[in-house]
Order: sequence, then C-alpha cells, then structure tokens
Amino acid sequence: MPTATTFRAQGGRRGGMAAALVAGLLFPGVLHAARVSDVAGADWLDQAARFLSFRDLSVRYAVCGAVLLGVCCGVLGGFVVVRKMALMGDTLSHAVLPGVALGFLWNLSKDPVAIFVGATLAGLLGTGMVRAITHTTRLKEDAALGLVLASFFAAGACLVTMIQRLPTGSKSGVDKFLFGQAAAINSGDVWLMLAVTVLVLGLVGLFYKELLIVSFDGGFARASGLPVAWIDRGLMLLLAFSVVIALQAVGAVLVSAMLITPAAAAYLLTDRLHRLLWLAAAFGVAAGVTGAFFSFLGHNLPTGPLMVIGASTVFAGAFFLGPRHGVLARWWRRRDRAARTRRENTLKSLYRIGEEADFAAEGATLTELARLRKETLEDAQRLATDLVRHGLATQSDDLVYFTPAGRQRAAEIVRNHRLWELYLTNSANIAADHVHEDAEKIEHVLGEEVVRDLERRLNHAAVDPHGRRIPTAGEIHRAAGLSGESGRK
Amino acid sequence: METLVPAFDFHRIFVAPWTTEFPTFGWIVLMGFLVGAACGLVGNYLLLRRLALMGDAVSHSVLPGLVVAFLLSNSRGTGAMFLGALAAGVLATLIIEVIHTKTRVKQDAAIGIAFSSLFAVGVLLTALYTSQVDLDAECVLYGEISFVPLEPMVEVAGLTLGPASLVRMALVLLGVVALVVMFYKELLVSAFDAGLARSLGVNPTAMHFGLMAVLSIVVVSAFEAVGAILVIAMLILPGATASLLTKKLPWVHAGAVVHAALSAVLGLHLGVWLECSLAPAMVVAGAGVFALAWVFGPEEGLIARWRRQRGGGPEPVRAP
Repeated sequence: MPTATTFRAQGGRRGGMAAALVAGLLFPGVLHAARVSDVAGADWLDQAARFLSFRDLSVRYAVCGAVLLGVCCGVLGGFVVVRKMALMGDTLSHAVLPGVALGFLWNLSKDPVAIFVGATLAGLLGTGMVRAITHTTRLKEDAALGLVLASFFAAGACLVTMIQRLPTGSKSGVDKFLFGQAAAINSGDVWLMLAVTVLVLGLVGLFYKELLIVSFDGGFARASGLPVAWIDRGLMLLLAFSVVIALQAVGAVLVSAMLITPAAAAYLLTDRLHRLLWLAAAFGVAAGVTGAFFSFLGHNLPTGPLMVIGASTVFAGAFFLGPRHGVLARWWRRRDRAARTRRENTLKSLYRIGEEADFAAEGATLTELARLRKETLEDAQRLATDLVRHGLATQSDDLVYFTPAGRQRAAEIVRNHRLWELYLTNSANIAADHVHEDAEKIEHVLGEEVVRDLERRLNHAAVDPHGRRIPTAGEIHRAAGLSGESGRK
Repeated sequence: METLVPAFDFHRIFVAPWTTEFPTFGWIVLMGFLVGAACGLVGNYLLLRRLALMGDAVSHSVLPGLVVAFLLSNSRGTGAMFLGALAAGVLATLIIEVIHTKTRVKQDAAIGIAFSSLFAVGVLLTALYTSQVDLDAECVLYGEISFVPLEPMVEVAGLTLGPASLVRMALVLLGVVALVVMFYKELLVSAFDAGLARSLGVNPTAMHFGLMAVLSIVVVSAFEAVGAILVIAMLILPGATASLLTKKLPWVHAGAVVHAALSAVLGLHLGVWLECSLAPAMVVAGAGVFALAWVFGPEEGLIARWRRQRGGGPEPVRAP
C-alpha cells in the first residue's frame, strides 16, 4: 500500500500526463472545425478513420472530455462503491438538472462556469435535502433518495421546457444535458474538466490515507480524531463536481452509471483500494472513449447511453472472466475440485482393496474396484485411466497398481477419514454409524496442520470407531519413499 | 420577445382550463390523477418494504422492454406492451439478484448497474428506431400527458369512455384497488413481519414477485404519460406525504389518493401558468404538497418539532 506521499506523487504524475495529453490533442496541426452533426450520413468507415486520425477539433475535444471524465468519475466512483453510496450518486446526478437550467438562464448561453456553479449548488442542495428528510421525518433513506431525485428532476424538466420555449432557447443545446452529446463539448468545457480532474486527483492523493480510513472504518476514524463529517462533505462536493463535468458528455440521466459501473468492475478484480482506483480510472477512460467513438460513427446517437453500455460491458467482462471472483474462474475451480475429489475416492477404494488382502496382493483388479464402488466395469476403467493420467496409478491389463505418489495420497485420505470419524465419536458424541457421511466430505480438505492437531487430541489412536487401522504419519512417508524401490510386501 | 415566466393571467390559468378548454385539460387532469393514485397505492407498499428504489430500477428498465416489444410485434398493442414491460421488470430484478448474490458488489451498486445498462439500451434503441417505435427522448423522460386528449377515443356500446391510454390506466387503477382490498391482510403482514407472514401461510417470495409484477404493469401504463423518471415521484411522493400525517395504513392509502388529486389539479395550473411540460409540473406541485406536510404537519412537522423542543417537552418516542 502506498503511503500518502507516494500516492501524492502518483496523483501528480497522472494529472501531469492528463494535462500533456489534453495539450497535445488541443493544439497541434491543421484544425478542421467541422461539427460532428455536419458529417452525419457519411460512410461509417470514413467516420471511424476521421475519429482515429484526430483531425477534427470536435473529436479532440470529445476524446479529451471522455478521458478526463473517465478518470474523475472512476476514481471517485471507487469511494462511492466501497462506501455503499451508489444511490446517493444517482440522486445527485438527477438533482443537478434544475441547476443546469438556472446556470443556463444566467446569461442565456451555454457558459460552462455558470452551469458548473448552478449544477453543483443544486446537487449539494439535493443531497442536503436527503439528509434533512431522513433526520427530521420517519421516512427512510431510500424514500428520501427517490423523492429528491424525482422532484428535483421534475423541477429541472419544467425549467428546460420553459427555456426551449424561448426564441434563443430552442437551439441552445440545453436538452443535450439529458442524454449527453460528446460532440457538443468545446474548449471551455475541456479546460473546466481538466481543472476539476486535477483538483480531484490532487485532493484524493493528498488525503488518500484519511479517505481510506473513513471509507472502511468510520468508528476508528472518529476515534483517531479525524474530522469525519468534513471529509464526508468534501467527498460529496468532489462527487458533485465530477458529476457536473460529466454531464455534457454523459447526460444527467445516466451519469451515475459512470460513477458506479467502472468502479464496481474494478471492485470485482482487486482487494486493494489504490489498485481499485487505478483500475476504475482506466475502465472509466475506456468506457468514455468507446462511447465517444461509437456516437461519432452513428447518426447523432446520444453519447451517454453508449458510454454506459461500454462500462456495463467492462463490468460483464469482470463478472464472467475475473481471475478470482469471476463466474468462469469459480466454475472452473469447482469442476477442478470435483474431479480431484473423484480421483481421491478412487484411490481410497484401491487402498481398501489392498487393506482387505492385508496388502499381500499386488494392485487390484478392475472387477474388484467396480464391485467396491458399485459401478460398471466401464466406469471403473474410466476412473483408473484418470488416475493413470495424473500419475497416481499404473495399469497393466485389468490390474491397477499405485504409484508411490498415489499410495501416499491414498493413505492420507484414509487417515483423514478415519481420524475424523474417531474425532466425531469421541469428542462430539455422535454415534459411530452416523459419522461416515461427514467424514466423506471433510477428508478431501483437511490440511496437514489440522491432522497433526487431531492426532494429538486423539492421543495418536491407532484404530477408528469401526475397528479399522488408521495409517500413521510414518507409514505414509514410508509408502511414498519405499514402495517405489523395494516393491510392495 | 417572449419572457421566461409568462404574465400571471387569472382567467387563462384558473378559469379557462375548467371552462372553454375543459375538453382538453379535463382528460389531462383525470389522467394525472389516475396515474398518481395507482402509483401511490403501489408505492405505499414499496415504502413499507424499503423498496422505494426498486421503483427506480423497474421504471428505468421498462423502456427496453417496451421498445423491443414494439419492434417485435410491429404494433403498439396493449398486450405486447404489458408483456415487454413484465419481461423487462423481471429481467432487471434477476440481474440485480445475480449481481449482488454472486459477487461482493452490494445491492445499491447492483441496482445502479442494472437499471442504467437497461435504460441505456432502451435509449439507444429509441434513438435508432424512432420512426418504428414512435417514442422519443422527450417522451422517455417527461412523458407526453398533453397528448392524451389527442388519442382515439374508446367507445363501448355507443358510450364514449375516453382516450385509449386513459381507459387503460383507469382499468389498471381498478385492478390495483381490487388487489389491495383482496390481499389487504396478506400485504400488510408480509410488509411488516415476513416471519409472521410465513407462519400464517403467506408466501413472502410470491408476495414480493407479485408486487414487482404489479409495479411493472402500473409503471408501463403510466410510462407514456409521465415517462421513466417522473414515475418515481408518482410512486413515492403520495405515500411519503401521507405517512408524514398519519400512521394507519388505510389513512395512508386515502392520503395518497388525495395527494394524487391535489398534485394533478395544482400541477395543471402551474403548468398552464409557466407554459411548461405538464407532467413535470404535476410532480413539482406534488413535491410542494410534500414540503407543506413536512413543514406544517401537526404531529411531526418541522414547526411542531421546533415548538416542542423549545417548550422543553420530551421528544415523543419514534417508531423504529
């Protein structure tokens, strides 16, 4: 885990990289100031080529905007997800709408700063309202969130429709704040987004340790004298900032998804907060840029839904393919475990056959194996082949022999089984005829340490409740070491 | 030049809607009331079960269901609409369950992910096939309650009943009322005490999915009138307002219906005055009524609390 200092350095470096990227995209070369809407209808391959060449200024702005909002929303989204504030983010993002409209009314133009101030104030008023309602009424938080979300949104909708009635309002593009249009981003927007992103990264870097403690252990944070209420308010302010800068590209309706989804995807992949924040920022950027790309390809498609679908695709990827918590990985592990259990049960059966003949016979026939396991000969053959493939047994004609490794594992499993049966009858007072089922399951997962402990507790007993001998540790080692050299007795 | 806030003309705002323009505005007010009442009654149970945000999730996810149903059936028939909405509602509930039971992502984030993805798909499909599905972004967000009077009238046995979507909404409201009356006890018990409900032979899971199914039906019938987001206010505001004034469930139901009527009428006047979209105006009016109840409520209003605190009297014990 990085200390606050190293993280500050990382945050600063990242801010610097973003600034360099933005500057590089904004200034060089020939400027083709075509608006995206002018070229709608062209062949989509040409469109893709145009997007990827970054010739157009609007494309550069859109990509800068997508990168910045992806970083900003991703990093703050990490805190939103781990602190279970996802629905607060949703409410915040809907509640900014009346502020956007009022900011627009300030001087009847799309002034980024006025809209930024208005939207931030409205968002903070909305979250304050949620807190006030839950503190002074019997209404629960979910009701308060939904209520504020929809009421503020309705007020914003009234204002937006009133603005659109005005002669200047109909072409104002204020409706682009609903579903987002990355192509409508201009240089003023980009500079504002850059400023907010640097501020967010700087503050998160500076106060990383404090945010970490407050997020995971509020009680400890309070006890160590941190101003928890102020940190919460600061985080809410930064959240409002990042929602507002993302509005233009994603739209008020879906901006909460940019907070939640990339961070939730990152949450599936790592346990460390700092790694989570990095990943969430990367996912946010990926979702943002693909959204901007596809909205450029299509005929004036809204950018927000495309970005959200990009983010959801990343989440679905993490959900299915994640190396540790992913559905596929877990399914694979389960299958693997089932196969191992089956092999170990076969080994145990071979051991039992040997034991019944006092280990006088060499190996066991397939017929004996099939009879003991109450299976057909073909099934027994399949089990034996599986053992041979894993180097636990060898087979000649219908005789199956242990390899040293196989013999050791078989003795271990039998020992685990019998020790556990003995433990249950002695220590848990369970009748001897009821302990087999339980031991069948646990024999495959008992670790070496637990086995030592069991042996100690049972005074190294030699016989299980059914009167069968429990293989000792020495015997198991000998089985592994000697059987290869001097053959079986 | 037109101004943002039109001049206050008493006759235009308060008299005309009930006289000369009644044939138009009458249907709109009635539709607003029907939507508010049906949503409010269902919403009361969402509030009791702390599921207010499931309303959020279901209302957003209904959109792709609607669009796909319209595209597949190539019509805007009621059957296709209800089927699509039901499927989408169930899909949203399933996705939320899968995400929060199979991973360590919590339920709130799962709700956020599920509804935003489904809604995004719906918006994209709407943008791609605007002509076929006859929906647009405006309608998705604020609904088109002003178009209700323009719809073809439904006639039964020579009697003109009203515009198609209004008749449908009225039937849904009747259905909701019938269900609430029929299953009053079961709903009450399973909302407050799932364990007791089970011991009395009520299946809480069945109740939950039944409630979600009814929610999807109500939301989809209200969709064209008020859109995907305002319907959340229609679900929560009536019950929340009523529950600030009373604790008895029958009275909360009655209060929710009164709130629906108030917000429809006041919203109409507000919308006519400001010349803005009518459905958001109704929600703003409803929020205003909520704010009044919050501040002036006789028992638990802010003023009543403040006076009690100043009087030094003990706070009444709050229900947990």
